[in-house]
Amino acid sequence: MSNSAPVKISATDVKVFYGDNQALHGISMDVYQNEVISFIGPSGCGKSTFLRCMNRMNDTIEHCRVTGSILLDGRDIHEPALDVVQLRAQVGMVFQKPNPFPKSIYENISYGPKLHGLAERKADLDDIVESSLRRAGLWNEVKDRLDQPGTGLSGGQQQRLCIARSIAVSPEVILMDEPCSALDPIATSIIEELIDELKQNFTIVIVTHNMQQAARVSDRTAFFHLGNLIEIGNTNDVFTNPQQKRTEDYITGRYG
Amino acid sequence: MTIIAENPIKAVAAPSQVQQKVIASLNRRHRKENLFRRLGLTAVLISLGLVAVLFINIFSKGLPAFWQSAITLDIYFDPQIIKIPPMPQQRDDESDNDFRQRHIEWQTEIGFVNFNRLITDSLQKILPDANKHRRDLARVVTSGERFALRDMVVADPSIIGQTRTLHLLTDANIDVWLKGNIDRSLPDGQQQLSPKMREWVDKLSADGVIQNRFSLALFMNPDSRSSLASAGLAGAFMGSFYMMLVVILLAVPMGVAAAIYLEEFAPRNKITDLVEVNINNLAAVPSIVFGLLGASVLIGWFNLPMSAPIVGGLVLSLMTLPTVIIATRSTLKAIPPSIRQAALGLGASKMQAIFHHVLPLAIPGILTGAILGVAQALGETAPLLLIGMKSFVASIPASPFEQASALPVQIYLWQGNELRNFFEARTSAAIIVLLLMMISLNGLAIWLRKKYEKRW
Repeated sequence: MSNSAPVKISATDVKVFYGDNQALHGISMDVYQNEVISFIGPSGCGKSTFLRCMNRMNDTIEHCRVTGSILLDGRDIHEPALDVVQLRAQVGMVFQKPNPFPKSIYENISYGPKLHGLAERKADLDDIVESSLRRAGLWNEVKDRLDQPGTGLSGGQQQRLCIARSIAVSPEVILMDEPCSALDPIATSIIEELIDELKQNFTIVIVTHNMQQAARVSDRTAFFHLGNLIEIGNTNDVFTNPQQKRTEDYITGRYG
Repeated sequence: MTIIAENPIKAVAAPSQVQQKVIASLNRRHRKENLFRRLGLTAVLISLGLVAVLFINIFSKGLPAFWQSAITLDIYFDPQIIKIPPMPQQRDDESDNDFRQRHIEWQTEIGFVNFNRLITDSLQKILPDANKHRRDLARVVTSGERFALRDMVVADPSIIGQTRTLHLLTDANIDVWLKGNIDRSLPDGQQQLSPKMREWVDKLSADGVIQNRFSLALFMNPDSRSSLASAGLAGAFMGSFYMMLVVILLAVPMGVAAAIYLEEFAPRNKITDLVEVNINNLAAVPSIVFGLLGASVLIGWFNLPMSAPIVGGLVLSLMTLPTVIIATRSTLKAIPPSIRQAALGLGASKMQAIFHHVLPLAIPGILTGAILGVAQALGETAPLLLIGMKSFVASIPASPFEQASALPVQIYLWQGNELRNFFEARTSAAIIVLLLMMISLNGLAIWLRKKYEKRW
């Protein structure tokens, strides 16, 4: 990834506290437009916490306090004038465990667009649902049963449904929190291909425990350890020629 | 090979020391498990048996009350006795008020008519020696039936001059006598019916004039003390109905709203902790205390009417509120947080996430909690005694602000009635009605839960 791409998200000295417990010790990094960046690191290193800062999902956790600045397109996402609803429409999220609504497949996809008033007519909504499902590579599998519950799909299909659901509101950034950790290898590879296609249109930040996955899908990789950002760089460089001892130890499996 | 196949155990090596210990402990474990299983089964059987005893007892006692002794009489609506002017018609130049006034005067005039004469005249025709025992004669038919005759005339004055065959309820004591609920060998002094009356009743019963008929009196009439045979549950039923209406309209929406706020919106701090503790405390307050509260605050300060279902409903709402809140909160807690996150992640506001996704999933649990709370309120007696609902009310309330009784209170009142051998059956019949209401409420809860239940 060339660093000439415009900066999409710029974080400066982000610290997160859960009550008295500090989870992040001042993270600074830039995320460029239309890149796939992956966060790796051992459990509890703060990578998911940092991911959740980017669409302020940490707001929903009690006693959680975030300091520092995160700019989205140059605008501070914590500024009072910015509604968190607007932010989350711009920065979508896919969770670790597939969490479709216990409603029909159609309703799962159409919920977001309806919420934000993106479709004026039923036909527009149908279009959004179809194109979102097509982009998530799920259309051919579900087009005949859009009225059936989304919870009746297989795990991999559910996760693609969740991806389709998040791209239905046309976000600019998609945050993925270990999206494949609950899936089998085949479903994982389908999602990885999907991520590759989606980066044409979206900026994708993905948290993963699977280093091969990070190597396969991402342009850049950031390594977190104990709430600190240890190293960030082009994926190839990080995996073949890490600058830090701790990074090297982690990717060679010496701890983690 | 064949030997091993026939008896493979011989081929297995002797169990190791660890295995021997496991095997030794197995017996003890199985014994404990069996004992526990039997204990549990016994407990279930005992409770089922007790429920069966309760139901058999109540139904065997209560069902006969739905059939009452009724006498078949040809009633001649004698114009000599019913001397009333024709029913007033509204004139063109007359205002509604004036007409209503005239109508009321006409009804008052009907009130003076001695409808009992119609009954005694009719009885005289079938009882040859009736004239010598006029006191007894007037007691054959229960006194409430004269109003039934009056209502027939008011509804259709053209009936005057005609003869109608009617089934009229007999006096409660006759019912007791015929059903064998009194010892027939008791001396005259201890019998509730005079010797002449007993002779009549036995004869009429043998002739088929007095028969045991299914009677709607129990359902259609309010309570009565002058005409025990026609005392019914309608007043108490409507009282309970209005109270449940108040509870459903007040306690359920307030409880659900409070639970949603406490569970989803309220910050966790000392104040909400205090509120939470007190809601749990409220659920444990003895119900009679709520009755005292209703008497002193609602009746004493706010001057709400005594014995009125509105007061009873408010008191029961207070009592039901914690039940609804606790049930709703635990249901909300059980909704997986991933659903909330999914909605929030798409850009739904907190309120939208709750109302679009969490509440629909919580509805079956909320409804179950609410209906069980209402059912509990329906059976509550103690607080109602303190706000005057145990007073005798001989009318069917037309609104929640009129005096009324309630089903469980009516059961309590009838249980204490002096005419035990008549009211024992009626009390059980009232319990049957109450139980049926409870069962249908619980059935509704189950049906709603099944209907709205979704898996995720």
